[in-house]
Order: sequence, then structure tokens, then C-alpha cells
Amino acid sequence: MLLPYFLLGSAFGVVIVEAEVVSWFRIQEMFRFDAFHMYGIIGTAVLTAAISLLTIKRLGLRGPDGTPLGLAPKRLGTGVQYLAGGTMFGLGWALTGACPGPLVALVGAGTPVMLVAILSALVGTWTYGQLRPRLPH
Amino acid sequence: MSHLFTHPLPWYVAGPLIGLMVPALLLLGNKPFGISSNFRHLCAALAPSPCRIEFFSHDWKRLGSWNLTFLSGIFAGAATASHFAPPLVVTLSSHTVTTLQQLGLHDLSGLAPREVFAWASLLTLKGFASMVIGGFLVGFGTAYAGGCTSGHAIAGLADLQPASLLAVGGFFAGGLAGTYLILPMLLR
Repeated sequence: MLLPYFLLGSAFGVVIVEAEVVSWFRIQEMFRFDAFHMYGIIGTAVLTAAISLLTIKRLGLRGPDGTPLGLAPKRLGTGVQYLAGGTMFGLGWALTGACPGPLVALVGAGTPVMLVAILSALVGTWTYGQLRPRLPH
Repeated sequence: MSHLFTHPLPWYVAGPLIGLMVPALLLLGNKPFGISSNFRHLCAALAPSPCRIEFFSHDWKRLGSWNLTFLSGIFAGAATASHFAPPLVVTLSSHTVTTLQQLGLHDLSGLAPREVFAWASLLTLKGFASMVIGGFLVGFGTAYAGGCTSGHAIAGLADLQPASLLAVGGFFAGGLAGTYLILPMLLR
């Protein structure tokens, strides 16, 4: 049943457009520490998600197959992949003014040229896949 | 829709709604909120089978259908919102406005500066760097870091995962370098 995922994605799309999370200008404002808007959004999003995750854990909720609901822990390793990959993504975030969700939302909201950035992102992920065995993780 | 929302939707409304995506996806099917995985799924879907290296050899239909559907929902939701709601006039902080004008941007309307994000600018240095190189870094970086703003900065931080804290540190290090070192050179 995929429809609920479509509806949830649509709600997310409406919110990030209406809250201007998709705006290149808002991202600049955030990285220049000129407004609270984006920090307020990310901060309350994390807080809401954290309370929800705790509640789910406390209630011991499980899926239909019996596995407990929750996020799989990310393997930390040396941490290099998170710092290096994260920094590369951060550069891309500043340059495009958008992270992956907003890139797609921007095309929907009438900036079709962002398709170029999406195609380029696919090439980027593809390149990572090729280089993966040789990169530190 | 235009009557329902004040512009912009206030952070204290938008933030919790975005945060609720995490439990909603868990309750729906024990799925992790994280949008950049879709790049990997799309690579796997588009790759001709002889080129299907290990990173793209996962069963993207079984693992990724829900997320690709979520992604198509984002597109539809954004299109609907921008169709029915009045055009967004982003009211920026005056300091950002002055800075961006000093950097050489004149048109601060719309969702992205038209002087940079236009088909005609694709082959200029600023257009190419912003869209082609920027996009490449988003795709490469999120795959390397195993997540983007949704998977690491929201879901991962909320789950108190050390890996996500490192990743978010990287996001901001890169974002600040891009903003203060690279963009000024590109826009001038």
C-alpha cells in the first residue's frame, strides 16, 4: 500500500514550500545567522521527532512482523564518512540552496531548472558508488 | 489554501509537522525518514544491469518503493501549494538583503535568485557551480555520509545517534565554507 506514503510526502511538500524551507534565500539567511526561522524549524522538528521516538520506545510499539518500531543505529566506524561526506553535502547545500527534498519540491513549485541539480546529484551518488571501495569510511 | 496559511508558515508550526514525519513513517511501516536514499534507489533503477556495482545492487523496488512514492508526493505537494497559494514573497532579514546585494544579486524575489538559477545561466561560472557542481556535491556527499538533512539532522539527531551529530557538524562546516568563501567569489 503506497498511497499513505504519497499523502505523507505531499503534506511534507506543502509544509516545506509554505514555510519557505525551499527558498535559496532562507538557506543563505540561515548560514549567515541572520534569522531564527530555519533554526526554529529544525530545532522543533528534532524535538518533536525525539519525543515521538521516546514515546514509541516506552510503549514498546512493534510492526506487524513483530520487530520493534525505531531507527536502525548508524555504524559509527572512524566517523570519517560522516564528517567528509557531511562537509561535501554542506557545500552543495550552500551552493544549490537546497537539500534533496527541497530540490524536488522546487521543480514542483516552478523552478524546473533545478532538474539539472537533481540529475547532477544522481551523477554524484553514482560516482560515490564507483569510488566507494577506495574511500575511507 | 491561501486562506489557511500565513506566510511564511511559522517555524513553530512547520517544525513540529516536519518532525512528525519520523513517527508517521515508523507507524506506517517501520520506515526511516530520509530522502537522499532515493538517489541511490534511482541509480539502481536506472543503471543498466552490467554496470550494477555493489552499492546499487540492492533490491530497490522492495526497499525503496515507499520512499520514491514519498518523493513523488513531495513533488505533488509542492506543486499544489505553489499553484493554490499566492506567490511566495520571502521577507528576508534586512542584513541578508544588504549582504546579498553587496555580493551582486539584484533580484531577490522568488524561491531562488533568477540571475543564477536559470537555463540561460547554466554555462556561466555561477550557474554551473551552483546547479551542476552543487548538485553533484549534494548527491556525492549524502551518499558518502549516508543521509541528508532529513535522515541525519532530523531523524538521526532525534535518535541521539553520534554518527548523525558528526554528519550535521559536517553539513554546517561545508555550508559555512560555501557561504562565506565560495559564494562571494561566484556572485561577484
